[in-house]
Amino acid sequence: MAAAGGERGRTSFQRRPGAGPRPSALPGTRPSLRHGQLLLSSGLPSLDCVLGGGIAVGTLLLIEEDKYGLYSNLLFKYFLTEGIVCGHDLFVASAKEHPDNILKELPAPLLDDTYRKELGDEAAVVNSEDFQDSMKIAWRYQNLPKMETSPTTYTKFGHYYDISKKMPPELCQSVKRHSFYLHEELSFEPKMKAWNMNSGYARLLQSIQRIISQEGFDGSDPQKKQRNVLRIGIQSLGSILWGDDVCCSDTPEDPHSLTKFLYVLRGLLRKSLSACIITVPSHLVQNKAIMERVTNLSDMVVGLESFIGSERETNPLYKDYHGLVHVRQIPRLNSLICDVSDTKDLAFRLKRKLFTIEGHLESSTLLSTIKVIFSF
Amino acid sequence: MKIWLLTHGQLVFLEGLKSCLDLLFGEEQQPGQPSPLQFVSSCDLRALFDFVRLSLAPCGSASWKGPVLLVDDLSVLLSLGATPVAVLDFIHYCRVSVCCQLQGNVVVLVHSSEDSEDEENELVVNSLCHHSDLILWAQGLATGFCKDVHGQVRHSPAEQDLVQIYQYKIQDRNVTFFAPGLSAAVL
Repeated sequence: MAAAGGERGRTSFQRRPGAGPRPSALPGTRPSLRHGQLLLSSGLPSLDCVLGGGIAVGTLLLIEEDKYGLYSNLLFKYFLTEGIVCGHDLFVASAKEHPDNILKELPAPLLDDTYRKELGDEAAVVNSEDFQDSMKIAWRYQNLPKMETSPTTYTKFGHYYDISKKMPPELCQSVKRHSFYLHEELSFEPKMKAWNMNSGYARLLQSIQRIISQEGFDGSDPQKKQRNVLRIGIQSLGSILWGDDVCCSDTPEDPHSLTKFLYVLRGLLRKSLSACIITVPSHLVQNKAIMERVTNLSDMVVGLESFIGSERETNPLYKDYHGLVHVRQIPRLNSLICDVSDTKDLAFRLKRKLFTIEGHLESSTLLSTIKVIFSF
Repeated sequence: MKIWLLTHGQLVFLEGLKSCLDLLFGEEQQPGQPSPLQFVSSCDLRALFDFVRLSLAPCGSASWKGPVLLVDDLSVLLSLGATPVAVLDFIHYCRVSVCCQLQGNVVVLVHSSEDSEDEENELVVNSLCHHSDLILWAQGLATGFCKDVHGQVRHSPAEQDLVQIYQYKIQDRNVTFFAPGLSAAVL
């Protein structure tokens, strides 16, 4: 692929045919074109697209849980599973279920052959429904595969998972896992009294800071040859099980604990090679002022709204989808602007073991059939 | 939260995140030197103001006229446990030291929105608007998302009753401003 050189003023950079992208020093990461930070995949390539390429190392992704927590739990698991497949270390914190149980329930990665077969099935279903006539107009696109490229061939960024199958235990145990189960932790140390924060959150911060400094994720250990990334997952932060009453009272006893926690956590993330996903039951938080502050203190905020039990379940506009995705915040790192897709109306669906996010408004027109083919 | 202070020909910078981590995870503080982020545990912004005051203190014979204090952003102080009155007191003290005594400028960033339910934040914002000489209010377009116009800025100086509106488009490293109706989408 040789460029035209100086004639039209283009660069004379020539990409060597057959050579894939240069592997970055850290597994499972790639640099962002916009701001040069290292990006991690969230485990869901369509979510990576929505977030402007992926989750930057050192940032915090907050997921506002859907009503029953089903789909936010899926995103949580995708993030952890992606960490295992890339060889990253994991830190799982929960007050609801033991992290070991969470790690036993992770979805299995889709290998190349099974992946193509899944896509083949999808394409066959799409073709056989009522799109046969419309495909005649768009005949050029008919024989192209549904996705641009299979993710596990030459890029190691972004994988697909099958939630109907569990991850094999030997793969799960191939990475270092740290866990924090609130009800098994010791009572808080006296030094933390000065923090003026909910004890559960304070203990969690202490635990995270200890792991970061002991395992050298903050660069404090120059002897460590192979640097790695730490993926932190915190489940249902702010729920009553953490000892915080923001979800049951309009005037909580300590309205600043959650926001202080997020501030200090972001400080820890910024100075280490880590990224964090937090799910928050925002629909339960009574005091909306706290949710506004929580949004301002996070880097990326994505809200999920599922259609279960709402009148949208039977609305024909949403018949192909299971819920809506609201992107509330995207960070601007090292730049005044960020990469966002132009489609602001996003919906998600869980179809045939694959979870996808795409724009939904044109789903009933011909144009959307072409769009569905090229969507992630 | 970050504080920049341009004084004595130098830039003094306080990085809130780092100071907070040093306070919470570092060694015990010396009694004579409280951390500027002390308010995270004690709800008192005096230490933060002391940091500003000590940085402004004249060193040597020359006194610096016209220091600039930048605060980014004030809404975070509320999230960290400071009361609205404490935040307003802090800004008042800063204004007196920087603007009145040294003829400098103070620039403060706050988050707000018209349908915000954060009453404490709105209290701080309204009070600041009342005491400010110039208010720049950046907001999205009322008509929704547009690729060529990212939003508009309302420029309202205190003394005059005149509100000017400029629309803007953000690029990678700078922002272009233009009058409403003169965006690239229209021309």
